[in-house]
Amino acid sequence: MSIAPSSQPLNVLKPADYGTDQDVRWCPGCGDYSILAQMKKVCAKLGMDRANTVFISGIGCSSRFPYYMNTYGFHSIHGRAPTLVTGLKLARPDLNVWMVTGDGDALSIGGNHFIHLMRRNADVKVLLFNNRIYGLTKGQYSPTSEHGKKTKSTPMGSPEQPIRPATLALAAGATFVARSMDVDVKHLEYVLERAAKHRGTALVEIYQNCNIFNDGAYEHLTDKLVKNDRIVYLESGKPMVFGKDSAKAIRLNGFVPEVVDRAACKADDLLIHDEKLTDPTLGSILSRMSYPEFPEPMGVLRAVEQPIYEDLVRRQNRDAISARGAGDIQALITGDETWTVG
Amino acid sequence: MKAITDDPAAPSAGGRKPVQSLPSATIRFAGDSRDGMQLAGTQFTDTSAIVGNDISTLPDFPAEIRAPAGTLAGVSGFQIQFSSTDIFTPGDDVDALIAMNPAALKTNLKAVKKSGIVILNEDAFTATDLKKAGYENNPLDDSTLTGYRVIRVPINKLTSAAAKDTGLGVKDIDRCKNMFALGLTYWLFGRPLDTTIQHIQDKFAKKPVVADANTLVLKAGYHYGETAELFSEQYDVPKAKLPAGTYRKITGNEATALGMITAGHLAGKEVVYCSYPITPASDILHALSAQKHFGVITFQAEDEIAAVGAAIGVSFGGSLGVTGTSGPGIALKSEAIGLAVMTELPLVIIDVQRGGPSTGLPTKTEQADLLQAIYGRNGECPVAVIAAATPSDCFNGIIEAFTIATQYMTPVIFLRDGYLANGAEPWLIPDIKKLPKIEIKHPTEKNDAKGFMPYKRDSRRVRPWSIPGTPGLEHRIGGIEKQDVTGAVSYDPANHEHMVRTRAAKIANLTPVGPDLLWTGPEKGDVLVLGWGGTYGAIKAATLDLRKQGVQVSACHLRYLNPLPKRLGSLLKEFKHVLIPELNLGQLRTLIRNRYLVDAKGFNKVKGQPFTIHEIIDGVRAILEGRVGPYEVNVSTSSTAYDMEVAAAGE
Repeated sequence: MSIAPSSQPLNVLKPADYGTDQDVRWCPGCGDYSILAQMKKVCAKLGMDRANTVFISGIGCSSRFPYYMNTYGFHSIHGRAPTLVTGLKLARPDLNVWMVTGDGDALSIGGNHFIHLMRRNADVKVLLFNNRIYGLTKGQYSPTSEHGKKTKSTPMGSPEQPIRPATLALAAGATFVARSMDVDVKHLEYVLERAAKHRGTALVEIYQNCNIFNDGAYEHLTDKLVKNDRIVYLESGKPMVFGKDSAKAIRLNGFVPEVVDRAACKADDLLIHDEKLTDPTLGSILSRMSYPEFPEPMGVLRAVEQPIYEDLVRRQNRDAISARGAGDIQALITGDETWTVG
Repeated sequence: MKAITDDPAAPSAGGRKPVQSLPSATIRFAGDSRDGMQLAGTQFTDTSAIVGNDISTLPDFPAEIRAPAGTLAGVSGFQIQFSSTDIFTPGDDVDALIAMNPAALKTNLKAVKKSGIVILNEDAFTATDLKKAGYENNPLDDSTLTGYRVIRVPINKLTSAAAKDTGLGVKDIDRCKNMFALGLTYWLFGRPLDTTIQHIQDKFAKKPVVADANTLVLKAGYHYGETAELFSEQYDVPKAKLPAGTYRKITGNEATALGMITAGHLAGKEVVYCSYPITPASDILHALSAQKHFGVITFQAEDEIAAVGAAIGVSFGGSLGVTGTSGPGIALKSEAIGLAVMTELPLVIIDVQRGGPSTGLPTKTEQADLLQAIYGRNGECPVAVIAAATPSDCFNGIIEAFTIATQYMTPVIFLRDGYLANGAEPWLIPDIKKLPKIEIKHPTEKNDAKGFMPYKRDSRRVRPWSIPGTPGLEHRIGGIEKQDVTGAVSYDPANHEHMVRTRAAKIANLTPVGPDLLWTGPEKGDVLVLGWGGTYGAIKAATLDLRKQGVQVSACHLRYLNPLPKRLGSLLKEFKHVLIPELNLGQLRTLIRNRYLVDAKGFNKVKGQPFTIHEIIDGVRAILEGRVGPYEVNVSTSSTAYDMEVAAAGE
């Protein structure tokens, strides 16, 4: 189960009950505060059992998160949280497991484990705080930094092209991929709740602002004046409309999306979002849409139900017992060919 | 005492030959990898064990997965020593070699004693096969085999003749020739055919034609020994006086897998084995994956780090997390092992050692990961380290590793030499009802007035194993230094030193849960041979041999490498010389000299091969005679003994 039944049925917890007495050490103005607040809201709203909930993180500013949640938590090593998560779910499929990571932790050192976590579909929720920089180590470029980004380690600009976490996750077969922003509090709460309710691996990419080392990375999207023109909010089953008076929409021309005026198109032409498609291609196309050519999609790109990894593993043990009977250890130790002395 | 290499008595006129009794014999089957040498060797071993001999074996797989037939790279061999006395190694030199083709002869002849028996399949000595084996001339005709007792047998023809009426095809009949060689060898050593006949019937129950053919060929081989005037005598190796009880044959890999399943049972816990395939440890993953009906969960991770990370997640969750690998994998896992040390979680790490450094010699044995196991992490990062001494000791060893890990909330590295993986010996089957349970308790209540303290320690400095899902005990752990007792992140200088010293003391003072050392001889004398890991057999055999000759030598074999046995310091003082034979450049020697300020000398062989008994004997004599350098004795080591692979090909 992704949400364990609450062990306090009559005693409803408030968001503040999910917090700890630790001084939160993020910089004033950091986007992480908002994410923490929305997470606590969702925990309270869904009545999550603190005893059954575990937050596991790697290394980075994102990864300080477990210390601020009054649940079980493990602050592990850089890039390797997916490995602990997988082992924990295998041993304890009953636990409500959340993983917190960042663009460096998940896509650089942790890239390999990230791919396999997305592929295996264990029942775990992954929050990826994408601030397009290395914050904790004070300002190097990350795998999601834009081409040409000038940082302490790239004073003449990054020679690399960025990777998109959502695209990578979809390529690996992730069954739930969603995106939101630290400042878009209502939307973030909605996406976190959707992720919490998903059975399987759920990736939530959160555009997060590091106001110290990469301030304004998402200004082009979060500025209230231009927000509506540059973001398209996804709703499964509905056309992808955006802009003032929802006058604009997306259409697919072959495999390539186009921005169109709704008035100038037939309703049939418009791209209808479908998060339940078995084929991840649509989600992939959406994940690659970015400013300035396109509005950036926010919301749930994909949400499909597939067998859960730990269920499949444990079923094999049950099937083996059905086929062969429960193992007799003494018989196994004794083996088939013995001889007796004396 | 009679030896197989003594001049034979005059041949009698057919029928029963005179039987010579031998205390022990060492034979080696060798052929192309398709010739069924492993099966022949395993069957001979099983039969010898059932007849009551002590046995010790070493299989030898080809280095390449699919070497072309008849080439040197494709030779597969199996060596067995069987004895009426206690033996500890598969034998230094071979008394009888059964070579199925020229390549097998070329690679194995040098291991055969002078005047040893060489049984050849002369049908395989064709021009093509001689060329593939790199023979310019036919060794049957030139002086290559001078000094050996050569028995030429047309095995292909005789196999074909024996099975001609079974209806089996030519290729399938050819595959039975290992049974001919086996049958002949059984006759030579007076072994019964029953076990093998039963095995054939069971294995080919669904293919009666194949079963019949194999049985006929086996018997034909046996009768050939009886009727052909090849040998002037037979040999008999009587029963050994093993302690009373029921035995089975066991290899190190089998013992490790069985021990792991047993540990889970004794602890009442699920075992989750997390691993990445690597030679020579992959077989443990295979063995456990086939035992799902015992409730063992196996996880083939995407890499070595994922394997150890998953095992840590398992332990965090309250089950038994374990990972297995070889030297290069330990290197990759070091950061994660450090995390387990810092968070004080139980974790078992199995290292099946192979030739290094880097990719090294994946299928050859070595014991050069000791210092890596003890020190190979950043910072002051102590880990308990124990090592198995024999194949069957892998069973006890792995159970002890789980016990220490859970009793002391620490990673434990369980070192095995690659050599122990496929070597076999008799094992007195334990009664699991009599094995001590592994007691584990998880807290359910707060342990302090201020709430639950995850790092509040008991008298052994051990913290509670508090697991997620327990109401009221919610807490966070991590790799950053923490305040003792509370577990809150702390950079306080005094606290850090306290924590570093506490973690060190916890390991340094742990009480062994099995024998920390194995001792042979008196506790005082001229030479102490100190070893660890897979050198146990050769050292013990050499020590007993030398003692019979009046040399005042004892042997001490360490099973606990970190912490070292408490008594070791005082034991070392009772000897004039301390000799440390190791398959590395002196790693235990470094630890001993550092810790005890004793001028221990090394005997260091790094050839990817085990020590022979003769080498250890030479080493002891060298140290007694003063043939020593500043760190090592001056003894040259053999390159021909045990040219064996410890696992099938891989990297």
